[in-house]
Amino acid sequence: MATTTESVVGVFEHVDTTVKALEELRAKGYHDLTVYTPVPVHEIEDVLERDKPVSPVRLFTLLGALTGTVAGFLLTIWTSMQWGLIVGGKPIASIPPFVVIAFELTILFGGVATLIGLVTLGRLPRFRPTKAYDPRFSRDRFGVAVHCAPDRSASVRQILQTAGAEEVKAVA
Amino acid sequence: MATVPEPRTPSFGDVNRDVISTLRTPGNLYFTWMCLIGLLLAGFLLAWTYQIYIGMGASGKRAPQMWAMYITTFVFWIGIGHAGTLISAVLYLFRARWRTSIYRGAEAMTIFAVMTAGLFPLIHAGRMWYAYFLLPYPNQRYLWPNFRSPLVWDVFAISTYLSVSTIFFIVGLVPDIAALRDQSTGWRRRVYAMLALGWEGSNDQWRPYRRAYGLFAALATPLVLSVHSVVSWDFAMALVPGWHSTLFAPFFVDGAIFSGFAMVVVLIVPMRYFFRWHAYVTDRHLDYMAKLILTTGLVLTYFYLCEIFTAWYSGDHFEKASLFWRVTKDYAWALWTMYICNCIVPLILFWKRARTSIPILYTVSIAVLIGMWFERFNIIVPSLARDFYPYTWGTYVPTATDSMIVVGSFAFFFLLFLGFIRIMPSLSIVEVKETLPPPMKERHGHHH
Repeated sequence: MATTTESVVGVFEHVDTTVKALEELRAKGYHDLTVYTPVPVHEIEDVLERDKPVSPVRLFTLLGALTGTVAGFLLTIWTSMQWGLIVGGKPIASIPPFVVIAFELTILFGGVATLIGLVTLGRLPRFRPTKAYDPRFSRDRFGVAVHCAPDRSASVRQILQTAGAEEVKAVA
Repeated sequence: MATVPEPRTPSFGDVNRDVISTLRTPGNLYFTWMCLIGLLLAGFLLAWTYQIYIGMGASGKRAPQMWAMYITTFVFWIGIGHAGTLISAVLYLFRARWRTSIYRGAEAMTIFAVMTAGLFPLIHAGRMWYAYFLLPYPNQRYLWPNFRSPLVWDVFAISTYLSVSTIFFIVGLVPDIAALRDQSTGWRRRVYAMLALGWEGSNDQWRPYRRAYGLFAALATPLVLSVHSVVSWDFAMALVPGWHSTLFAPFFVDGAIFSGFAMVVVLIVPMRYFFRWHAYVTDRHLDYMAKLILTTGLVLTYFYLCEIFTAWYSGDHFEKASLFWRVTKDYAWALWTMYICNCIVPLILFWKRARTSIPILYTVSIAVLIGMWFERFNIIVPSLARDFYPYTWGTYVPTATDSMIVVGSFAFFFLLFLGFIRIMPSLSIVEVKETLPPPMKERHGHHH
């Protein structure tokens, strides 16, 4: 990638100062942000997700689960038809017992599809760390990385520092 | 409630430190336990090899006692798993925040208990290299499993349970492994980095993660109710007196949660002691778990009474005879052990001091585990011993082979569990932090 942008990273100790920095950055029109947090924090999510739709993971779950239901009924009914042996005087395609299989496959496929959704949408696995990442972000620090043109980095630094970042650094 | 003052609330950094400290090289006591486990596992393998060589007769299986201790122990281990899913999924959806400090251990218990349970159908199949016959796969002869059979439902229920619980468990572990990666060095760092899949806790990762986590919990919740219901139908769908009852599904699910919570106590209490987790697993946690054991125990007692009442009220000669035989004859000692351990002993938990007293709570939990193993024994063995025709009657006597396999299954479970807690975070770093007040510069922010 051409180095027309750089990332300015602010390391914060507190949630409220992080939120202050994010509000300030958004007000000034910086929208290309990555926020690193050790835990998901409501206050930060409220700022970031204000104008975003809900994560589409649930679509994966729904599609997976429905596929499972259909697959469960297809498997049981189709295989019973393959060899039409009457068991216990019941119809060849006896639905009540097949509900159990369809139910289990609904859950199984739903779970696997949710995992696929998570891996795809979260773009996992990532083989090398992003440049802005700092090991402190998995312990007790909050990171705000602003991706901007190099000539605007001074103003970003200013915003981060004013909000109360304990450290501000630029990574190319 | 506590005699010692509650430890101060840990900070975010403390959580990382306290979890990482559990991964130190363990002491002699740990290796002593592992040696004992190794010994029992050697016995387990020896017994299994002997059984394969000699045949199922080596494990005391004779008609009508073809299920005996193997299926008893299978149902026991499946049941143990349920409390883990209840804690990790159901209590998550109910936002019961006290679950955070015990859920990782409970979830690991679930996976390992189901894996241990999974050994038994294989062992019990005799020629376990044909176990894949259980699965629906295309073959030349157009042979498919009989999907009307509860045993086939069981294959699906348990494989789904194991798969979904494992996914849920691993997804929960990823951010924690990332935290371990960032604070370790050398080869450990490389291994954790690989397992963390490049997790960084950025907002674009947390966003799908949080959503997916809730969905996993929602998917796992019906499993808490369905898995043991399906296991109970292995029995209830048959006509055997003592089995053929619509009561079985809720009866099994309740018993499963009851025994599972007892196992959580058995595992968490030593971890709290050895890992010095008093700040995370407080007396309040023990109190809640004790209350859950007490509640599920009372519900179970009610089911026992229903079972007896139904047998009497049915007016069915065989049901009444089967009940009378169970209560008074060959296996009466097992039945009364069960009643004492599951109905009488947990009553002490009505007393508040008992709920937070480690020795009492621990003793009750072990009694519950013994009682619940006997419950499954009492369902399987005495019911099969006396069904409709005297021609098919027969009692079961354990042999050294199947006893060693049953004991060995505990060793297998503890091998997995003790191994896990030494290489992986057995306390959830992320979820524990979520319950702590987030670091604020000015004390005005709300925290949940």
